[in-house]
Amino acid sequence: MNDERKLCLSGKGLTKVFGLGRQKTVAVDHVDFAFHEGEIISIVGESGSGKTTLAKMLLGLIGETEGEVYFQGVKRDIGSQKKKQNYWKQIQAIFQDPFSSYNIFHKIDEVLLDCIRMRGGGKLPHAKKVEMMTEACSFVNLKFEELTNKYPFELSGGQQQRLMIARIFLLKPKILLADEPTSMIDACSRATILDFLMQLRDEIGMTLIFITHDIGLAYYVSDTVYIMEKGKFVESGSADEVILNPQQPYTRRLLNDVPKIHEEWDLSTV
Amino acid sequence: MKHILHEAFRSPKFVTGFVIFMAILALVVFYPLFVTDHPLAIIGQGTFFPPGIYVSVYDTTNAPQYTMMLPEAEGNRIGAKLGDVEREAMREWLIDFGIPRAEIDIDDTAKLMTLWDAYYDPALRFQGMTSARQKYFARLDASLEGLLVMEPRVIAVPNTETGAFEASQSIELTDFVNVNEVANVRVLPLGTDNFGRDMLTQLVSAIGTSLQIGLVAGTVATLIGLTLGLMAGYIGGLVDDVIMFFTNLFTAIPGIVLLILISYSIGQENRGAVTVAVVIGVTSWVWTTRAVRAQVISLRNRDHVNLSKLSGHSIFHIIFADILPYILSYVVMAFILQISSGILAEAGLSILGLGPKTTDVPTLGLMMRWAMIYSAHILNKWWAFFPVIVAIALISFSLNLMNTGLDQVFNPALRE
Repeated sequence: MNDERKLCLSGKGLTKVFGLGRQKTVAVDHVDFAFHEGEIISIVGESGSGKTTLAKMLLGLIGETEGEVYFQGVKRDIGSQKKKQNYWKQIQAIFQDPFSSYNIFHKIDEVLLDCIRMRGGGKLPHAKKVEMMTEACSFVNLKFEELTNKYPFELSGGQQQRLMIARIFLLKPKILLADEPTSMIDACSRATILDFLMQLRDEIGMTLIFITHDIGLAYYVSDTVYIMEKGKFVESGSADEVILNPQQPYTRRLLNDVPKIHEEWDLSTV
Repeated sequence: MKHILHEAFRSPKFVTGFVIFMAILALVVFYPLFVTDHPLAIIGQGTFFPPGIYVSVYDTTNAPQYTMMLPEAEGNRIGAKLGDVEREAMREWLIDFGIPRAEIDIDDTAKLMTLWDAYYDPALRFQGMTSARQKYFARLDASLEGLLVMEPRVIAVPNTETGAFEASQSIELTDFVNVNEVANVRVLPLGTDNFGRDMLTQLVSAIGTSLQIGLVAGTVATLIGLTLGLMAGYIGGLVDDVIMFFTNLFTAIPGIVLLILISYSIGQENRGAVTVAVVIGVTSWVWTTRAVRAQVISLRNRDHVNLSKLSGHSIFHIIFADILPYILSYVVMAFILQISSGILAEAGLSILGLGPKTTDVPTLGLMMRWAMIYSAHILNKWWAFFPVIVAIALISFSLNLMNTGLDQVFNPALRE
């Protein structure tokens, strides 16, 4: 890896154990990683491999059982609500299911206003706020005038996920963690969502961490790929290294599972 | 919110329950505007006056009199004292005495009375006749006195000087008065209770008090249950363990036992309606806590809660804005049921003599208690307890119906 780039988020021996005794489940098992600034990282693994648990630990939504997370080279401290708020100004997330990501009782405006308030713009005049929201919406090709005063469930899945990106546009975090952002969206909107994410990355220069089960997507977008199996990183490296020259049988299996149009599907590993 | 209300009012069950409940509420609100008597005022000297229109006898003699020749008047007059039941009873006595059944015609009043006057002897007690039955015949005999005498009645007034009675007014068999022209008429639609208090006025006031008790009990139980459930579910860990320990403890102890012990230890003098309501609320929060906790646990890991955390919201904001609205429908339904069970709990406590002290306000439970102590159910004084039972049943029914209706609105799996 190139050490000239600044370390953004790294972890050492990060572990998460759920339950006790016989019901003990090790969801994430002593993983080490180093994400650099401006990189696009993909964490690939099948269902139940611990990707989402790792994502939640990185976000600080659940505590780690063991190990440490370093943010910009310094040990992360999110002991108090205030520190957490500060941490969350730097790292944000887009979740898998846009339909369950919104509070159905709150209007869309509130979601966006929350972001402005978090960036310290709570006391700005209303017109300025509307301008900012309109800008954010138009970035993801949505019209704010059509969205204002509406509830999230009145939008389509693709629109909701785009609104999530608009939210990130307003927040401008250092790191964005996208937990399978396209898996619940139809194939047509998928490319658009990825496109907006890439544009946004270029615009505000953030580090992008994709959590996905789609190794094709990982190859398509990322610089660095981590392959996760049963809570452990079994393989990592640049996308070309890992995908084109896989060392681990698990990685090869994942690659084999990508359906190909002109070949007969091999379902033996399923 | 508007949408939910709209949906709720399209559910026939909810609407039926709502209409019944509103009707009861309207009765409680508007009845005192028309009848301003104190609900516990004792108006009758005696127990259990049957329902009906009470006309002042004294004022009747002073009211303008009209003469009406009604052919059925005589029959009614005899029928009022000598109904079918009485005729059957007389035949029974005469047969026991030894008169052959064939000789007794109970439809012929004159013949029957002749037989009765000839043979009846209050001292006789046949085999198998209870003393109550013997006394009944004695009462019957006394009431038949002068039944067939169709003479005008004379009202006599004592002369202020000599003290001798002098006839002042003669009342003919054909004299009538108009009820509207009698100075004092009192309608008692439900009669009076054992203390001679107007049942209807008391009942309306009791429904009001019982609804207040239910409301206070439901509010207390829901608030405690909601607070503990939210804390246990959202904070989790040790807080959850401690709260669930106490919740399980209270689940294991039957609520009614706790209720009886607390009510007893408070003492009769200190038990006002509100105190009893609070005691009921304090002992019935358990199931709300458990249910709210379960729902919060399933909610707290949802993405919208995570997103709210990432937006930097405080724990209170998350609980009130991101969790509470999602469980509000359940809480509202639990609240409605708590009101209903609070009213029932008060009735149960009062019947045991542990309800609110009896001198302040009437409650549905207290009315049933007094009816029971004075054996209204044995004496066949239905008006002393039956309307109360109907009132309790209607309140519970309407609240449960609203609850079921809301359940169908909120829970798509239950929709028809």
